[in-house]
Amino acid sequence: MRVALFVTCLVDLFRPSAGFAAVKLLERLGAEVLVPPAQTCCGQPAYNSGDFNTARELARPLIDALAFYDHVVVPSGSCAGMLITHYPELFKAEPLWQAKAETLAARTRELSAFLAEHGGDDFIDASFAGKVAMHDACSARRELGVLAQPRALLDKVSGLERVELKDAEACCGFGGTFCVKYPDISGRMVSDKAEAVAASGADLLVSGDIGCLMNIAGRLKRMGSPVRVYHLAEVLAGMTEAPAIGEPDKP
Amino acid sequence: MKPTAHAFSANAHRALHDRTLQQALAKAGVGFVDKRRAAIDSLPEFQALREAGKRIKDHTLANLDHYLLRFEQQVMASGGSVHWAESPEQACAAVLDICKQANAKMVAKGKSMVGEEIAINDALESAGFEVVETDLGEYIIQIAHEPPSHIIAPAVHKTRGQIAELFEKLHHQSGLTRPLQTVPQIVDEARQVLREKFLAADVGITGANFLIAETGSTVIVTNEGNGDLSATLPRMHIVLASIEKVVPTLEDTSVLLRLLARSATGQEITSYTTFFTGPRRADDPDGPEQFHVVLVDNGRSRMLGGDYHEMLRCIRCGACLNHCPVYSAVGGHAYGWVYPGPMGAVLTPLMVGLQEGRPLPNASTLCGRCEEVCPMSIPLPKLLREHRRQEFAQRLTPPRARWALAAWAFFARRPELYRQATRIVIKLLNLLAGGKGRFRSLLFAQAWTAARDLPAPQGDTFMAQWKQGKRS
Repeated sequence: MRVALFVTCLVDLFRPSAGFAAVKLLERLGAEVLVPPAQTCCGQPAYNSGDFNTARELARPLIDALAFYDHVVVPSGSCAGMLITHYPELFKAEPLWQAKAETLAARTRELSAFLAEHGGDDFIDASFAGKVAMHDACSARRELGVLAQPRALLDKVSGLERVELKDAEACCGFGGTFCVKYPDISGRMVSDKAEAVAASGADLLVSGDIGCLMNIAGRLKRMGSPVRVYHLAEVLAGMTEAPAIGEPDKP
Repeated sequence: MKPTAHAFSANAHRALHDRTLQQALAKAGVGFVDKRRAAIDSLPEFQALREAGKRIKDHTLANLDHYLLRFEQQVMASGGSVHWAESPEQACAAVLDICKQANAKMVAKGKSMVGEEIAINDALESAGFEVVETDLGEYIIQIAHEPPSHIIAPAVHKTRGQIAELFEKLHHQSGLTRPLQTVPQIVDEARQVLREKFLAADVGITGANFLIAETGSTVIVTNEGNGDLSATLPRMHIVLASIEKVVPTLEDTSVLLRLLARSATGQEITSYTTFFTGPRRADDPDGPEQFHVVLVDNGRSRMLGGDYHEMLRCIRCGACLNHCPVYSAVGGHAYGWVYPGPMGAVLTPLMVGLQEGRPLPNASTLCGRCEEVCPMSIPLPKLLREHRRQEFAQRLTPPRARWALAAWAFFARRPELYRQATRIVIKLLNLLAGGKGRFRSLLFAQAWTAARDLPAPQGDTFMAQWKQGKRS
């Protein structure tokens, strides 16, 4: 099983350990993991800014770069949603590219959805003693319907107690460029979310999306909260020894 | 109403720092969401109903001309008349004509969003008519001289204390001096004041939730009964309705009514659901002498078959407002025109122009909760993005955002260069963070760091480490 990892910009730049965690998990499933070097960004910032031409210019080489693998796995609901839901829409006036986009979409999965689909009972070999809350990226929850999968995976981590956030359906206020275009409103949304995390009693917050996590972790740190924040893959791969998002290099 | 949508950021900033407003919003939001959820959880066929509702609307919109003409025919057959208005001006002129012909002095008004859209109150008042809003929420904002901040709960931005204060100021002049501490006391006083207005009014204006082509009936749903009194007590009843309100049959209406009440207030059915068909008949005990329907287009026929066609399915339930994190944070007035929230962010630029309404489609994380709760399955995030596309194509996007996008795209299109450039930036940021793991403030990132720290990158990029052979 040849699996292409689409790393995504934020994992590549800000949280490589989430990428390595994803590789580790995929290899435990017996996959041969490849990282196509031609990848950069899926084009979502351009797409959501209304610049569909630039989005298409970025999508075409990525569609080609990811074409010859059994599966494409993305450690982000947002970027997976772009490939799965929005690429076919973006090329609706170009039948050839739309067909290619649909082929790619059919092979592409968000990481936790892929792991839940292909993983047996014993591929997770991690433990964590404490309470963990899962935050769902809006794209994962609503575009891809990824909701049960990450929870089922977390339940396989020994010693881990899962807790739910109040008003879990609410957006954290990241929204790509929204967080810097409307900092007041975004600040209010992330503050509500961080309060919900603090009130949940969780020791750890995880999510499948680094965008949400940088946002919420940044707010938790600003509040002085002790809750530690990791990408879901890091917890599933047993990589919680490393500093959490926003934590100092050395304790 | 003069739009201030262009000033959304400033409006939002003010709203976020208005403590009374924040209290009112916090109280209202949770109620709407919980009640809707309870109503829908107890109706297993809700999804099927939702699909049926969408089919009804899609079919009607595809044959809108046919159903509108059929509706007109049936209204005339039942003794009423229909006035077609392409623009807000034409709609106001039609209403004024009817009122003048009736030698009216006072107009009692039920809640009507299309009335807000065409600014009918301003038109009537300028022409010398006294207008009284009879929906409690509308009455409150009328005496406060404010526009509605929600499409079904127009005064949701006001606290009980503010309302009591308004009533005391105004009603004391007419000799009402009872205490106004509780909600029932406030409602009682409004009822007493408004009852006299209903009896004195010459013309009643209501909106319509649906127009039924089969019977020529207009339908309104209310919880106060004010719509019924506005329609039946005065000599004349004028219905203001936009053209997409028409549905083929009574049976279709019942499907949409079940969706509307649950999505709006979480009720199975509203306290009053009233069907009006023509003026009073010879053997009717009451009812108006004349029945007029003013059909307003105001840009809707241009939306038909176009990029925003699906927005015409909207039944104005307000669920998208109630579930929107941006609306919940800033309230309706920040949106700067008649329609707030996600549905408003789609409609406002279409009705007042993209130049004026530009910020609204951008002020969204596209989280998709609006589409999820929309009983008509309107793809609101897609329509918001479509506005952004038009904005970019018309070069209305601010230059700074365009340049940033172009610069980023320049690198993203060149993987090798992108790797090198991002690696330099990441290493630099990591150095700047000095092992602390985060920034409390950072040049060019103040918008981010105003409310939260910026987590620092881990040291090197994934792609560089992978290329060097690192595997875990």
